[in-house]
Amino acid sequence: MPTTITIPTALRQYAAGNATVSLEAATVGELLRGLVELHPTLGQHIFAKGGKLRSFVNVYVGDEDIRYLQGEATPLKDGETVSIIPAIAGGSL
Amino acid sequence: MATTLSNEEIRRYSRHLIMPEVGMSGQRKLKQGSVLLIGTGGLGSPLALYLTAAGVGHIGLLDFDVVDESNLQRQIVHGTATVGMPKIASAKQRLNDLNPLIEITTYDTAIDSSNALEIMRPYDVIVDGTDNFPTRYLTNDASVLLGKPNVYGSIFRFEGQATVFSPKHGGPCYRCLYPEPPPPGLVPSCAEGGVLGVLPGVIGTIQATETIKLLTGIGEPLLGRLMLYDALGMRFRELKLRRNPECPLCGEQPTIRELIDYQQFCGILPEVVSLGAQYEILPSELASILQRDERPFLLDVRNPYEVEIASIAGTDKVIPVDQLAERLHELDSARDMVVYCRSGVRSGRAVELLKGAGFRKLRNLVGGILRWSDDVDATVAKY
Repeated sequence: MPTTITIPTALRQYAAGNATVSLEAATVGELLRGLVELHPTLGQHIFAKGGKLRSFVNVYVGDEDIRYLQGEATPLKDGETVSIIPAIAGGSL
Repeated sequence: MATTLSNEEIRRYSRHLIMPEVGMSGQRKLKQGSVLLIGTGGLGSPLALYLTAAGVGHIGLLDFDVVDESNLQRQIVHGTATVGMPKIASAKQRLNDLNPLIEITTYDTAIDSSNALEIMRPYDVIVDGTDNFPTRYLTNDASVLLGKPNVYGSIFRFEGQATVFSPKHGGPCYRCLYPEPPPPGLVPSCAEGGVLGVLPGVIGTIQATETIKLLTGIGEPLLGRLMLYDALGMRFRELKLRRNPECPLCGEQPTIRELIDYQQFCGILPEVVSLGAQYEILPSELASILQRDERPFLLDVRNPYEVEIASIAGTDKVIPVDQLAERLHELDSARDMVVYCRSGVRSGRAVELLKGAGFRKLRNLVGGILRWSDDVDATVAKY
């Protein structure tokens, strides 16, 4: 069963405007790389040079940060939702 | 010394007083409480209004900006009559009318490493209603160093985040969530990306609620939880926020013990890097060469929905700056080209990118459409 990944507003423009993308993947890392294959410009916004997740982008499986699970090796179970949550700064302007 | 409420205050706050969760004791705590609002813009407006109405005894307002017409779509503490006035003066005027029984202190300044601790020290709660990463990291670091809760909110287009950062109360800090800021240009700002006017109302009101709960000690604070709000889907979600034991600020072995240079930390250079005069053109110059037979190719790197608002007559092509790298083949490097956007920032990035791809006959329109409207054609709308 595919896993649904939610794309935040700030990054949607790099994912052809999609709010969610569904992909088959066994782990979070596999899912993210599948997503970037589909939308290459998203790559530089999620991954730093060298392929590590950028430090202002957090990835959650359900309501838990993958940094406190098994990182990109975190396995995905059926029906789970993965969210990309980048830092946003707006407020006063 | 126990704070008492006057009969006037009892009348004003009676809807609080008749709820047992707040009551006289909660209202007295609000009166004794103090809150510093950093920013009196989109988030700061509802925050200032509700905290003033609620009877928080002392509110500090910090902002260095002046009220602009384009603020009024969301910054509801200001008004048409106060356009052009410093935001803190405009806000204070409105708040004094709303509730003359509280004390308001204003700071007409930008907050930075040299003044943050001094300004923040007298307050019980710090509220982050800023619009940029350097000030967010500064607010976070100073709050942690002073042991004060930092009520955080952030917005973009239709989406908002809110939480309470407070390592002193066992929760994480902003650096636990995001150890480092994004490099400039990688995450669009509200000025570039826009914001639904009512969105800061929702997020600012959540921040005001949390502030009142912290001051009165009632309820369950939004600690260790990140509230996400999606206005289009009308969904609230909650994510777990954990304290990072390796956090350089609030972790087990902190390495940050004083405030740093936040502009530098966020990769913001002290001055705007100039592309070099040969890569720039003023609107007045462009207007005259557009009349000639051998006019340059005019490239607009804004988004299509911006083109609908206003554009320069004679534009040859629109390629949003984010698509430029993939669409270079649509451009002719042999022909003279002028690139423009709203303010000249994105087109500057576009010129850099094109230079890197071997284009040389390039110029960035200084000041973009905004300056074109000022200097050449006032019928072109500024947005």
